Amino acid sequence: MAPRKTERILNLTICLLVTRTFLPKSRIREIVDGYHDLSDQAFERTFERDKEELRKLGIPLQVGSYDPLFDDEPGYRIERSAFELPPIELDAEEAAVVGVAARSWQHTAVAESTRSALAKLRAAGIEPDAGRLASLEPSVSANEPAFEPLWHAVLDRARVSFTYRGGETRTLEPWGMTSNKGRWYVIGYDTARKATRMFKLSRIPDTPRRVSKEAAYDVPADLDLRSLARSLAPDEPRASAIIAIRPGRAPGLRRHGRGLPAERLEQLTHAWPQGFDVVEVPYADAGYLCEEVVGYAADAVVLEPAELRVAVIDQLRTVAATRSVSRRYAATVGSAEEAVR
Amino acid sequence: MTEGQKSPGQKSAGQTAQAQMRRLLSLVPYLRKHDGAAIADVAEAFGVSPQRIREDLNVLWMCGLPGLSPGDLIDIDMDAVDGEGVIHLSNADYLTRPLRLAADEALALILALRTLRGVTATEDREAIDRALTKLESVAGERSNRFGGQAEVAVTGGREDLRATVTDALRRGKRLELTYDVASRAETTHRFVDPLRVFVLEGFGYLDAWCYLANGLRSFRLDRIASIRVTDTDVAEHHVELRDVSLGWFDALKDAPLVTLALDRSATWVAEYYPMESVTPADDGGLTVTTRVSDPAWLRGLLLRLGGGARVLSPEGAGDSAADAASEALDQYAALAG
Repeated sequence: MAPRKTERILNLTICLLVTRTFLPKSRIREIVDGYHDLSDQAFERTFERDKEELRKLGIPLQVGSYDPLFDDEPGYRIERSAFELPPIELDAEEAAVVGVAARSWQHTAVAESTRSALAKLRAAGIEPDAGRLASLEPSVSANEPAFEPLWHAVLDRARVSFTYRGGETRTLEPWGMTSNKGRWYVIGYDTARKATRMFKLSRIPDTPRRVSKEAAYDVPADLDLRSLARSLAPDEPRASAIIAIRPGRAPGLRRHGRGLPAERLEQLTHAWPQGFDVVEVPYADAGYLCEEVVGYAADAVVLEPAELRVAVIDQLRTVAATRSVSRRYAATVGSAEEAVR
Repeated sequence: MTEGQKSPGQKSAGQTAQAQMRRLLSLVPYLRKHDGAAIADVAEAFGVSPQRIREDLNVLWMCGLPGLSPGDLIDIDMDAVDGEGVIHLSNADYLTRPLRLAADEALALILALRTLRGVTATEDREAIDRALTKLESVAGERSNRFGGQAEVAVTGGREDLRATVTDALRRGKRLELTYDVASRAETTHRFVDPLRVFVLEGFGYLDAWCYLANGLRSFRLDRIASIRVTDTDVAEHHVELRDVSLGWFDALKDAPLVTLALDRSATWVAEYYPMESVTPADDGGLTVTTRVSDPAWLRGLLLRLGGGARVLSPEGAGDSAADAASEALDQYAALAG
């Protein structure tokens, strides 16, 4: 916005805010600086664009009849009660957490939204003093290229179309977005599949395009993103594995499991290394558990089920085969180094 | 992840047209409340440069009531602005309150508070809940909808544990930790002086001076198995804490580079870990280069990926994974035998 345009929009805002009656376009053209010198056509165009700017700023424009006798030309005004931030007071602790939280967003556009929200609170007399909580530093990042277009689409309720997992084109009415473990997901109504779907933003390689106007659909009034995300996410554990773990090792695995009672230990077919703890670990996805166990190498031994044990041994064989030089040679080098020391 | 790094060409704070218009509408009521405020302080309060505030003032004093005769214009004492660098603004009685929160502003702030909530406990958490309720109420009916339209989950460990960390930070006391080191897959026991709690990419961390490592370490809150506040006061540590806005990249900048060939099945790795470069390969996989500060991390990754990743350089960097796999196989063989 050139300075002149910013001035015009601000003057228009003030004019519509102070007027007691609805002002017709013709009157606005006369009294708001910046409209006088425009041709009829240019004025129409400019005025339409300016109204759009007001709307984007969140300034509520009322349209009504300015003259009860001649109601053929619409008039405009801004109702003060709809324009102004309602009274809000935050105590020192509340203001401090708001001040700290406001630094969170790393994404440029959303950081800008936070900055202007905080400016409004300051203008309403709130003094966020983040210094009180100097040892807290939250951050929210959104590095996925699809984030910004989807964020705006959610806010505007605009239908979007995008490529998913490098193949199919999907069309979605985005209801909301969630972030879990630093990854963003969008949830909405997939119009082609006629079902609620969740998409991971990092799997959307292109920039989602808008394929509708704003306010194109309704978001379910009882939308509960958290439970939707849970229901659309990978399954709850349905099976369990029995794994022997070296003491003090594989804490992630150990924490998800529980110790096995003595009578069940006796029933196990496979032996386990002496001193290892035997735990039962619930899992939903055998492939994922296999990867995790292989990651712990000799610190975790699968005892049951047989399929998992076989899968783990297979994967260990694959990795063992990746050695760049033969083990025998490496062992010689290793012991030679030991000897030198 | 590569696309997401901050580029120097990014627009600086408050530069867009919409941002300026929003700022002007807040600046007027703010300046009416803070008559004689220094430009530098106003700039800081609004999170922009002093130059940006000067530009704003140049717009504001061209605006006012319709007619724009001298008596209608917003009055700004430009001599004071240019002289002492303070702002006196008057004749703008119609802008006493800021504009209501727009949907994007309300949602951004609500999510930021929910993020902070994930690493706080007790009093701070209660203050966050009160602030959230108040903000949601002034943002109006519309924001009840918006507040529900996005969600951020932070993995920040148990609340009692967070309360202990907060307590130690407040009182400046040393902590005793039992901590799971993921890359080494082992549990450790140590004393630390807490310095800061931060959130990065969905996880909460404690930055502390660690007496076991004798250096600054970041501990993921959900991997702290147990924690206790000691009676010992923290010592003074002259350390520079990581700039959270730079993400993990900065922490790894001096670590050696490793180049991997990822199969199609393993391409998720490029999304999950910071990569220096990512190049598509002919077979649908990727060639990636990443910084590895801890060989144990690379070993664990290669094991997990099975044959899905091969080390291209430096030669032999993947051998410890192969050896660990052989050792595990020997163990299975011995148990069967």
